[in-house]
Amino acid sequence: MYRQTEIIKDASQPGIEGDMVINVGPQHPATHGVLHLVITLNGETIKKVEPHLGYIHRSIEKMCESLSYRQFIYVTSRMDYLSAHINNHACALCVEKGLQVEIPPRAQVIRILMDELTRIASHELWWGAMAMDLGAFTPFFHAFRERETINDIMEDTCGARLTMNYIVPGGVMADLHPDFQKKTKEFIQLYKRKIHEYDELVTGNIIFQNRMKGIGYLSPEDAVSYGCTGPTARGSGVSSDIRKLYPYEIYDKLEFDEVLESAGDSFARYMIRIGEMQQSIRIIEQLIDNIPEGDFQAKTKAVLKLPKGEYYSRVETARGELGVYIVSENGTTPYRIKFRSPGFSNLSVLDHIARGSKLGDLVAMMGTLDLVIPDIDR
Amino acid sequence: MWSFSGISNSIHEWLSQTFNPTLTIIIEMVIAGVAVIGLFAGLGLVLVIMERKVSAWMQIRLGPNRVGPKGMFQSLADTLKLLVKEGLTPTGADKLLFNLAPFIAMIVAMLLMAPIAFAKDFQLWDLNIGVLYVSAISSMMVISILMAGWASNNKYSLMGAMRSGAQIVSYELSAGLSVLSIVVLTGSLRVSDIIQSQADGWWIFKGHIPAVIAFVTFIIAVTAETNRAPFDLAEAESELTAGFHTEYSGMKFALFFLAEYVNVFIVCAIGATLFLGGWMPFHIGHWAGFNHVMDYIPSSLWFFGKTFFLIFVIMWFRWTFPRLRIDQLLNLEWKYLLPISMVNLLLVTAMAILKWHF
Amino acid sequence: MTKVELKIKMGELFPSAPVEEGGEWLNITMAPEDWLAQAQQLRNDASLLFDYLFCLTCIDWKTHLTMVYHLSSTAFRHNLVVKSKLDRNNPQIESVSGIWKTADFHEREVYEMFGVNFLNHPDLRLLILPDGWEGKNPMRKDFEDPINMVKL
Repeated sequence: MYRQTEIIKDASQPGIEGDMVINVGPQHPATHGVLHLVITLNGETIKKVEPHLGYIHRSIEKMCESLSYRQFIYVTSRMDYLSAHINNHACALCVEKGLQVEIPPRAQVIRILMDELTRIASHELWWGAMAMDLGAFTPFFHAFRERETINDIMEDTCGARLTMNYIVPGGVMADLHPDFQKKTKEFIQLYKRKIHEYDELVTGNIIFQNRMKGIGYLSPEDAVSYGCTGPTARGSGVSSDIRKLYPYEIYDKLEFDEVLESAGDSFARYMIRIGEMQQSIRIIEQLIDNIPEGDFQAKTKAVLKLPKGEYYSRVETARGELGVYIVSENGTTPYRIKFRSPGFSNLSVLDHIARGSKLGDLVAMMGTLDLVIPDIDR
Repeated sequence: MWSFSGISNSIHEWLSQTFNPTLTIIIEMVIAGVAVIGLFAGLGLVLVIMERKVSAWMQIRLGPNRVGPKGMFQSLADTLKLLVKEGLTPTGADKLLFNLAPFIAMIVAMLLMAPIAFAKDFQLWDLNIGVLYVSAISSMMVISILMAGWASNNKYSLMGAMRSGAQIVSYELSAGLSVLSIVVLTGSLRVSDIIQSQADGWWIFKGHIPAVIAFVTFIIAVTAETNRAPFDLAEAESELTAGFHTEYSGMKFALFFLAEYVNVFIVCAIGATLFLGGWMPFHIGHWAGFNHVMDYIPSSLWFFGKTFFLIFVIMWFRWTFPRLRIDQLLNLEWKYLLPISMVNLLLVTAMAILKWHF
Repeated sequence: MTKVELKIKMGELFPSAPVEEGGEWLNITMAPEDWLAQAQQLRNDASLLFDYLFCLTCIDWKTHLTMVYHLSSTAFRHNLVVKSKLDRNNPQIESVSGIWKTADFHEREVYEMFGVNFLNHPDLRLLILPDGWEGKNPMRKDFEDPINMVKL
């Protein structure tokens, strides 16, 4: 089971003469942000990877302590900027738990539609960036062709393309744009027409498969122990989809599969995300013609006050489980707020899976973990 | 067939009449040097814009389209920018080697221009060991990369240089063996002889499957030798930021950049000469009429057409394939390409002895 | 296991630990000295198998600190919240990074943000704060930074 842990035993004795220590980051093309990795190498073989964080730490948790329950949601879309909607959703859910408000069905459906579109957009970007990590530049632009369409849809409704602040406690901020349904259907058509290009360009490529298969093995036990969630854990066969396990909104009424692979290597993690995009399309297809009429927001007070207590909400972002933990002291601002970000735990496994492999593979592994640095640092 | 020999002969005659023999040779060398430098600069500009346009086309975007008509002067503007940029030398670097490396890269690329026949009777130096000369000189390219990587005093550069060293030394073998198979078929190392031997058909058609295998091996090996993707481990952008030229800036970087593109041109020109008949028009056996029609297309067009087709193929590789890992790269060479090319050479030799080729 | 069953089980295993059912999940308060042994029990007990530590954090109550561990079981899908009161002036608790490896990073974060000393942690260094950070722990309630902190 612990295949790579055994390699470490003979390969890593830190401080031996002849070790080469290189700094990858904070500015480096492979880290997609300001992540700093100190890597100990023996030739090309990795002996140790040590992440140093904090280059984009904005102390969002501390900031939120002085922001009201309506205000703090806007900060959270800056955490995992690729799944801004889902971050907002998690916070809104947590506040709603405290307020005990009923969300109108229309708002629930809109939220899910937005979440799933965000998930596809995030995975598209990941797919392009991942191929770029492996030295193939073209997929990035092909991914952006579809992603731009989603951004256009978002722009219509939310007014923003990246840090959308659309989901608010009680529902969503505004009603859908009249073109939303039409454009989303067009996007689904475009996506279905183009998806085979993804496989032809990247998935089926022999070099790509050789680079990915058997690399970065993560056993199911380790995945759970390291707190890995999302596609990282599902690549090892650990069922961890919050949408299935602890359904929120109306996910329990929808038909979709939790994509699972058992290989636990980089290729499995890759295939999970490709499969998830298709599942998200499936969810959107079920909902796009069935958006219920009604209010898009429940009636809430202007100043929200959460009763004393602790509230925890879990949602499935594109990267894994996002937890929002609010400790309330019956005030208008949270007493303590904690974001359990998926990237933070997923990053901690990097050292474990990278040891004993080559430098080039480290980049590929980081790609399959889908790290978003502001999400890790918060 | 049109030929450049008339022009060059008349220049030579005029010079011989006007000056004494020593001066004539010196002036001719200067002309050749200026021509090579001009070609070098011209090729750099053309290939850079071509690469950018090809990549744009593959990546469903427009590419440079602001400077000049359809952005054709973009690389000229880039050159201007690089010329006026400060050429930094890092404090810890070995100053002599650091500054020497880009020039070696360029000199090697220029030397390789010598035996290439650009058109009928248009060749700088038709030496009797032309193909061997190319193999020998092109392997010196690794020296400049190692020099740059070592002298930069940067770990990324050093790793890039070591990768490149391992890679070029390995792939030299396959490239050499596949070149050798054509030499065996032709019986000569002289470039003009090799081209003449393809007057009744190019080697890729005449040499049956072994020639095709040699051609494919050659293309793979030279892609690796010129450090182009998917074998661009020496600069592996996502792993080593820029590999051996991480610390270079301004014109020193531009020289590496130019040398890379000129090298691509040269290996494609060699490939075109050996397998696709160089400037030789497309001839089929003894179909005199057909061959005659083909002769109306100028030989330089044939040469540049074939060369740029091969360049396009290599660019195509770059913009579609992911990069290999270092151990996979060496495995590919030592476990697959080298044995294949050795067996293939044996086949070609048997074929040449038994006169099985057309 | 349901919340009620879990409560009964907790009563059997840790009779001295106070249990509270107010929130979404069952809360149990452990003494910091016994925490490591109890964590091992929670992780290994055949009917509990809390193998997934999905959140680890700390709360500064101005009088004391509270460590909060959110545990879940991938086999039974039940959740448990473990809390532990720490002395604010000298907060220390046993590290659980040997049991749940994710605790390694989370404890390092809590260490620098709240100043909790995790005993027997394999690599207790600053993770997010810059090297050589001196001064108070940023997430504590009495932390003030007149330059960088924006009060709304």
